[in-house]
Amino acid sequence: MKLTRAVDDRTEDLYKQGKIPGVIFSQRGHEAIAVGASYALEPEDVLAPMHRDLGAYLLRGMTPGTIFAQAMARIGGPSRGRDTNTHGLGDLSLGIIGYISHLPQSMPVTLGAAFSFKYRGEARVALTFTGDGASSEGAFSESLNLAAVLNLPAVFILENNRYAYSTPTHHQYATRNLVQRAEAFGMPGYTVDGNNVLDVWQVTAEAVDRARSGGGPSLIEAHTMRMRGHAIHDPANYVPKQLLEEWETLDPIKITTDTLRNQGVLDHTTEADIALKVKTEVDAGLKWADSSPLPNPDTLTAGIYA
Amino acid sequence: MSTQSDSREITLGQAINEALHEEMASDSAVIVMGEDVGRHGGVFRLTEGLYDEFGSARVLDCPICEAGIVGLGVGASMTDMRPIVEIMFGDFTALVMDQVVNQAAKVHYMSGGNMTAPIVIRTTMGAGRNIAAQHSQSLHAWFCHIPGLKVVLPATPYDAKGLLKTAIRDDSPVIFFEDKMMYTEKGMVPNEEYTIPFGVADVKRVGDDITVIATSSMVSVALKAAETLATEGISTEVIDPRTLSPLDEATLVDSAKKTSRCIVIDEGYSHFGATAELASLVSSKAFYYLDAPVERIGAMDVPVPFSPILEDQTIPNEETVVNAARRLVGS
Repeated sequence: MKLTRAVDDRTEDLYKQGKIPGVIFSQRGHEAIAVGASYALEPEDVLAPMHRDLGAYLLRGMTPGTIFAQAMARIGGPSRGRDTNTHGLGDLSLGIIGYISHLPQSMPVTLGAAFSFKYRGEARVALTFTGDGASSEGAFSESLNLAAVLNLPAVFILENNRYAYSTPTHHQYATRNLVQRAEAFGMPGYTVDGNNVLDVWQVTAEAVDRARSGGGPSLIEAHTMRMRGHAIHDPANYVPKQLLEEWETLDPIKITTDTLRNQGVLDHTTEADIALKVKTEVDAGLKWADSSPLPNPDTLTAGIYA
Repeated sequence: MSTQSDSREITLGQAINEALHEEMASDSAVIVMGEDVGRHGGVFRLTEGLYDEFGSARVLDCPICEAGIVGLGVGASMTDMRPIVEIMFGDFTALVMDQVVNQAAKVHYMSGGNMTAPIVIRTTMGAGRNIAAQHSQSLHAWFCHIPGLKVVLPATPYDAKGLLKTAIRDDSPVIFFEDKMMYTEKGMVPNEEYTIPFGVADVKRVGDDITVIATSSMVSVALKAAETLATEGISTEVIDPRTLSPLDEATLVDSAKKTSRCIVIDEGYSHFGATAELASLVSSKAFYYLDAPVERIGAMDVPVPFSPILEDQTIPNEETVVNAARRLVGS
């Protein structure tokens, strides 16, 4: 989570320095969901993160350097300058299907991976993240239904961060929550505190175990708050300040740190070691990314077809 | 082409069914998914027998959710499967556009080449069945517009079988359009295994005075017109591109250069349709050889009506082609 925050902060610096074209998406508030859920997977599993799941990429083994190179439109990014920031940051050798823009279109695609695993008799699981806004789309419902009917080894993590761009949840759905949809489609549903990394991990691990043992899909609704605008250009003036202040006290890194300190697991030396390790990794990554060349303009049309 | 002894006459529908059988038998990664494709054998009977031979795991009956099914296929194709998704009517492809246009078509390019989506979407086109505007359209031009997709329109059983086998083995997403009125049309198909490469047009009839570039259902219309024109002393060359993406530009342009006159005919809507692109190609690349502007013939720009007396007017026919040819040669 610390590494996620550090890469996120450095990305914002790079953007402000004009080193990243396009837009960037803040991870703030989503660190525990991405990290907790990804920890529950085995190396052979596959996940399809969304744009606020940087921690998932890092946990699957993608380096900060690769992530910076992608954002800086260099060939060191997996898309080789063809896709932006966390979009298309995929690498199947790490079990990552890069973020599929147009939420929730990663849901049926993830089911395709789950189908492949089941078809080949492999004990592997496919997990994807989606959001409260995506739940209103047809593909969300189609995917929950398909997953249940075909009994696929899939886990859906719904990150309810209270805002889909400017649309608050009470304009998004008329039910009390979104986990109710699980029962509607015939699968177990879980509600979890999305700012508590251990809770997210524990619940996801249960869903992953069920999927792996042939018990079918699950839907997990993880509650959090999007602490910044939709993207860097969005000041999010439509979000009440008080709401942000309340959630700031629940910052996932802060509460995890407090918990570990209270349990005596984390002391000053360990914290300092972690901070140094994170800084070293981020600095080295940025150095590598900065040395990665821009794409050769002559390769513009290469790869339209496989 | 094959001789009589090593080939037999089958329908276009049977040719497609044979291609599916053979590819499924030779590669366990090939699977079929869609609505009513398994136990029922397909609404047009195209997947008949597959369920019995290959079982429910490989011939997947899905709930009714076209977008979800195509998404499932895209994800499976990205993880080493070769899914063939059947979309019952071409009109229903409107429901799957995000997965096709924004996901499948772009996976390889946007992933920097580290992912592929070798999915085939089989669907139908063509009017003439009296089933009105939401089940009769020919929408292949939509997909030709998108870089990353390959678009196939077979006009004979021979082409249908050979092209479908190529489609299944191709590593890029392929949209395979079958004219629903042609499923019962017969033709000779070799007993031996064969495939037909994409991007190779087929000269269906050799001629000297005029070139007719025709796709899918319009190939037989063009060939019938050529017979009539022959009785009037007009020699017609009929060429079927077979795949619109990739397109065999050279064969089309060379024929137009040879004959100096060209008609383009396709059952999609005329406005901004396949005929516009093909006519533009010939007009610009054979410009100095042409004796007349290229004629475009497409379906009328009207929602296909139900009443046969109305519907029949919307589809180009032999007479349309004959009249256009007469105009072009000035007879």
